Amino acid sequence: MGTEYVCSESEHSSMSMCIGASAAGARAATATASAGLAYMWEMLYIAASMRLPVVMTVANRALSGPINIHCDHSDAMGARDSGWIQIYAENVQEAYDNSIMSFRIAEDAGVKLPVMNCLDGFIVTHAIESMEPLDDEVVKKFVGDFKPLHPLLDVKNPHSFGPFDMPEYYYEHKYNQQMAMKKALEVVRQVSEEYAKISGRKYDLLECYRCEDADYVAISIGSTAGTMKQVVDDLRAEGHKVGSVKVRLFRPFPFQDIAKVLDGRKGVAVLDRALSFGAAGPLFADVRTAMFDNGSRSPAVNYIYGLGGRDVGVEDLKRVFLDLENGTAETVNYLGVKL
Amino acid sequence: MISIKEMSERPVRLTEGHRLCAGCAEPIVAKQVLLATDKPVVVANATGCFEVSTSGFPQSAWEVPWIHTAFATTAATVSGVESAYVALKRKGRVSEDIRFVAFGGDGATYDIGLQALSGAIERGHRFMYVCLNNEAYMNTGIQRSGATQRGASTTTCPSGTCIPGKKELPKDLTKIIAAHKLPYAAQASPHNWKDLIAKAAKGFEANGPSFLNIITPCPRGWRYESADTITMAKLAVETGMWPLYEYENGKWSLTGETKRIAEGKMERRPLSDWLKAQGRFKHLLDPEWKDVVDDIQNSLDASWDELLRLTKL
Repeated sequence: MGTEYVCSESEHSSMSMCIGASAAGARAATATASAGLAYMWEMLYIAASMRLPVVMTVANRALSGPINIHCDHSDAMGARDSGWIQIYAENVQEAYDNSIMSFRIAEDAGVKLPVMNCLDGFIVTHAIESMEPLDDEVVKKFVGDFKPLHPLLDVKNPHSFGPFDMPEYYYEHKYNQQMAMKKALEVVRQVSEEYAKISGRKYDLLECYRCEDADYVAISIGSTAGTMKQVVDDLRAEGHKVGSVKVRLFRPFPFQDIAKVLDGRKGVAVLDRALSFGAAGPLFADVRTAMFDNGSRSPAVNYIYGLGGRDVGVEDLKRVFLDLENGTAETVNYLGVKL
Repeated sequence: MISIKEMSERPVRLTEGHRLCAGCAEPIVAKQVLLATDKPVVVANATGCFEVSTSGFPQSAWEVPWIHTAFATTAATVSGVESAYVALKRKGRVSEDIRFVAFGGDGATYDIGLQALSGAIERGHRFMYVCLNNEAYMNTGIQRSGATQRGASTTTCPSGTCIPGKKELPKDLTKIIAAHKLPYAAQASPHNWKDLIAKAAKGFEANGPSFLNIITPCPRGWRYESADTITMAKLAVETGMWPLYEYENGKWSLTGETKRIAEGKMERRPLSDWLKAQGRFKHLLDPEWKDVVDDIQNSLDASWDELLRLTKL
């Protein structure tokens, strides 16, 4: 295919190389996890502010310390404000599908932002699951050719990338990034619809499972949303009116979709596989904000769970719903912590 | 070596109107480097004086494609640009024969960006890295770096009653880079522009990574009159503090005044000429710090002897 494959000496450099390659006029992609993502920190913001459509797969894993390596969302949640679009996969199939869609979303003329394509470390990255790939030609046609706007390698039309911004201009550049994020909400939806036509698999910003008449709803991200389907089925069989919402797109955050789907529920549990120390889970903060805006304000509680790869099974998640029904949950709960 | 007349016909790649200080050696060095090739050039730039002063949005002093990402990342950024070039050229989407040059100050090169530079050289990308070495973090207000000389007073190692300025020796970065066994590395000085441009021309045409470490006097940080920049560069070489040499395909050789001194065709000027010319060293003239001056002299002599030994191998 004529691709250049470069092995870097560090993640800080690999993101810098992606920035250089993307600015030069090539399609650039990389992958990382955990401390590797943390080490890229500075460069994440620069990739986004330079409006370069870099695509990066992130295997979500805990940050040190203590050094751990297993699944949680601390790495990507910490990067939520870096200006990257963040899409989370539930399973192997979604991770594959999202990675194809990521290029179209990132390179959209109205977006031009990098995309972080997240999947749960080990739980998804090291699981053996069946999946259906598409034909290479179908994918190539869907993704299309990369058309850089002002490639650095166009030596006849020189451009300066990454200049110094004084207070007179910095704020406007940041505002433009926010407008591009706003645009990305509709572009993610459009690209997902187009993708359904070639794959038969339909995705939206959120995925609701048996929510229609649910009194109690749990919201989660990643592989836990898969387990949650089993939990909902089990509890429904016992007569509990429960449902599950999976957040597929976390940045930009689909505030309106969330507010709409949670409207009028008797109780909402927000599950966070990350913790903002001194506050609560990052998803919880955004979900509550979304509900505040639409005036619905269903009672919501937060469950921190699964940090550092702590296993979370069907029985643990059933307890979340039973707590909700019984009104026994605290505002912030630490599921399965040994005290 | 091309003539001055030929060079005068080459396009100006860094224009006037930038915001570097009067007497700053950086634009002088950059212009000399960029005169050394007639091929199209893409420039990568580390954060620092040179980046800040040539790129204030919405203006740019650059007439060639230019990219800045961060402080530590110039060599990695140019690695990415060069990799994209290789891929796009293979696909026929770029036709020009382009040269890549990265500029970084000594802070960006000796210190924070050393890992990225080492990685880029090890990977063998074809680019030239130019260190604009003014021997401290001048952009942020004259803080010591790994290139700052022993005895120099900076804002983070101010000379006073406790310390004689910087207590430690600078790294010998050019030799660290040469230890990567790259095709070409050299030390140069803007006062000897013929030597500098000839070295830059070799660097541009090296079949792989190349490195130029260039003494780049700074009137603000070194404390001398801004008209004396080229004099300072010349002094650095003539006192042996900044020897001119090349490492080319494994072979070491002296050039310019350094070669003439080694051959006995001119005298190496005394260390005191160097120290008394700059405010950053003036405290060393006090007998209180005689031991420090002796130390500097000893390390200068040892480095000089080592270099002569290398070039005779």
